[in-house]
Amino acid sequence: MSDAALASSPLAGDPTRFYDTGGHHHPQNGTLLGFWLYLMSDLLIFACLFAVYGVLGRSYAAGPTGADLFDLPLVAVNTAMLLLSSITYGFAMLSMQRRSTAGVLGWLAVTGLFGLAFLGLELYEFAHLVHAGAGPQRSAFLSSFFALVGTHGLHVAFGIVWLVVLMVQVRRFGLHEANRRRLMCLSLFWHFLDVVWIGVFTFVYLMGVLP
Amino acid sequence: MSQPHDTHAMAHGHSHDEHGGEHHAHEEGAHGSMRDYVIGFVLSVILTAIPFWLVMGNVIQDPGTTALVILGFAVVQIVVQMVYFLHMNARSEGGWNMLALMFTVVLVVIVLAGSLWVMHHMNANMMPHISTHDARVMP
Repeated sequence: MSDAALASSPLAGDPTRFYDTGGHHHPQNGTLLGFWLYLMSDLLIFACLFAVYGVLGRSYAAGPTGADLFDLPLVAVNTAMLLLSSITYGFAMLSMQRRSTAGVLGWLAVTGLFGLAFLGLELYEFAHLVHAGAGPQRSAFLSSFFALVGTHGLHVAFGIVWLVVLMVQVRRFGLHEANRRRLMCLSLFWHFLDVVWIGVFTFVYLMGVLP
Repeated sequence: MSQPHDTHAMAHGHSHDEHGGEHHAHEEGAHGSMRDYVIGFVLSVILTAIPFWLVMGNVIQDPGTTALVILGFAVVQIVVQMVYFLHMNARSEGGWNMLALMFTVVLVVIVLAGSLWVMHHMNANMMPHISTHDARVMP
């Protein structure tokens, strides 16, 4: 890091090589790429859970089936909540581009509320299922259902925690470079969860009620 | 051995200070416009509403066909959200995002298709044929 290190370096006299190492191959110091790689590994977790559900999803153990249990209008409302939260997060990012702290905070709050609505509806559904005797221990179908949908719900819950922490950060310290980078990482995370939900409502709920 | 590393770190520090503007431009390019988000949202609403309508309204009689059609809608919507919300393109992060995505998609397809294929054959070929009576008295 010191000038002495540079002076003693054999590369010091070679400015072309010096500058090339720094800039182009490490855009944004790689934070967004690293976060993307995390999301890809998360995608593999979901792929495994989807595979488990695909294998076990019709093993009802003489218990209730998807057609008996799933309330599609509720799932449609849930999907709408998550989709709305996705576009309001987009509006927060647009406010960030305009450097509007108030806009970012407002849209993040709206996003958080939609996320909470989604979680609330999902917890209501889970409580309803468990109350009806269709908890995760009832059949392989329900075990894999709770594992997959529950993991997605946990991601949303942690996303909301992250969102609240970022709101506090932005309120206290403003939209400096680190906070903008964090907002972009959360943006990837939030939209990624919406992408996974497309798989969940199609593969689990809609295909689950088909005979 | 350690000297190249030192210069590397040094270059990093410099690029941070000197090319602040460049970073800025890169960052702004990484997320979209109002138009992108609205197009993505409208397409997602349409691509969500149609599968729900197909299943809830019992539009197609054959469940197998319905399943294939709604899976098709899901794939299209995933691509739409990747492009308009996640701003995927071949250029982001110098192409490494796309490369990582392609690799992961290959793994996901192997995991999903492989599991379903293998387990289906296990079920079909190795399950003892249990009569309805036996199944009832089983624990």
